Amino acid sequence: MNWPFLLLDAADNNSVANYFPIGIQLIFAAGFVATMIGVSQLLGPKRKTADKLETFASGIENHGDARQPVAIKYFLVAILFVLFDVEVIFFYPYAVNFRELGWSGFGAVLMFVSFFLIGFIYIIKKGALKWED
Amino acid sequence: MTLLAIDWGLLIEKLVLIAVVVFGSLGIALYTTFAERKVAAVLQDRPGPNRAGPFGLLQPFADGLKLIMKEEIIPNTSNRVLFILGPGLAMTAALMTCAVIPWSSHVEMFGRKIELQIADINIGILYIFGVVSMGVYGIMIGGWASNNKFSLMAALRGASQAISYELAMGLSLIAVLMLSGSLSLKTIVEEQMAQGGLWNIAYQPLGFLIFFVCALAECNRTPFDLPEAENELNFGYHQEYSSMKLGFYLFAEYVNMIMSSAVMACLFFGGYDVPFLDESTLAPNIAAIIGVAALLTKIVIFIFVFMWIRWTIPRFRYDQLMNLGWKTMIPLALVNMLITGAAILWKAGV
Repeated sequence: MNWPFLLLDAADNNSVANYFPIGIQLIFAAGFVATMIGVSQLLGPKRKTADKLETFASGIENHGDARQPVAIKYFLVAILFVLFDVEVIFFYPYAVNFRELGWSGFGAVLMFVSFFLIGFIYIIKKGALKWED
Repeated sequence: MTLLAIDWGLLIEKLVLIAVVVFGSLGIALYTTFAERKVAAVLQDRPGPNRAGPFGLLQPFADGLKLIMKEEIIPNTSNRVLFILGPGLAMTAALMTCAVIPWSSHVEMFGRKIELQIADINIGILYIFGVVSMGVYGIMIGGWASNNKFSLMAALRGASQAISYELAMGLSLIAVLMLSGSLSLKTIVEEQMAQGGLWNIAYQPLGFLIFFVCALAECNRTPFDLPEAENELNFGYHQEYSSMKLGFYLFAEYVNMIMSSAVMACLFFGGYDVPFLDESTLAPNIAAIIGVAALLTKIVIFIFVFMWIRWTIPRFRYDQLMNLGWKTMIPLALVNMLITGAAILWKAGV
């Protein structure tokens, strides 16, 4: 499709053209943010001292780099999120079409939910979501 | 001469709409900061800001001007590019959410039918989820780039909190989608507006409750404001930020609050629908204005509830927060989804 025609068929609901305004808005929003950051850079005073450029640690001296290994729990949460979010995404097409799929579709989803729950119970029993040691 | 084929009217119309919506939401966000302080003052029995202008009404402008005139400090040990990218990303993501919200029906002007929605895409809700997730990157990048232990800690907390509650939020929405059979926000609103149709809150009280709690957590509002827990983390993930970059982080939070209020109004409270009023009998322009007013009223009410909660309920402990998200919200949302599905199928008698 030639791009100028994108705007022509923005009227119907299922075409790429519907996303065109979002592109405009992205340019608009990003432009606004960049301008504001640039302007504040120009307006503010610039009196840098070594103490000012140090990271803040409640008034005491800094001890080493902040980028040290962190608790594994955060990583586990992130991994589990990816896992479960993919499963949640599968519910969306079902939810839109479920009237046509009827009870047989519902039975299939019930099965899917039980798989979901088995995984869920497994991670809880394993203590993956236990925050207090 | 393909260039002439562009519908210039549509382009101009969308540009104007985008400008109005973006600056409008920024303006509302500006006054939300003021309202936050006034509501806090009322709830704590004190006058609140009342010096700048009548009743302190110019206070948000004074604050904004102050922020923009401050010195930009980028710490020596930080990562410069990411340090600037973080707040930029947070703010851009916050401003992008409003693209799919239907502000009202359509107006008829200059012989054109202008839809008061920037983009009516058929996956509206998924788009909102995607953009909101981008906001998490803003927090995470900012906290990591600062190279400050407090910031990094807060960013980790913020990110894992946001993703945990996103799961329950996504699940609670599915029941609404089953009712409406569409992912487009406009269709969902129109379904609730239809004659004899009830607002989704009538069918989905539990779904709304889950969604609302998750929205509080996604916006980092009390009682889920652990990324900004000042008594343990000084100032949270934006600790090293100054000037407009700090302003963007604070502002993005308020814009997110407005947008999640708008989404909740559309999904559960009929969007731009006025109860007991048949909009189709009115002239389209008048109906559109009434619609915008109705949606804005609903947004303001939600924002007030957000603030009311903030100044009433104390903060959760982190393990309580994670337990609530994973072990209560997700199973509840699953049960809600299954019950809704079964009830709809049973009623349809398939």
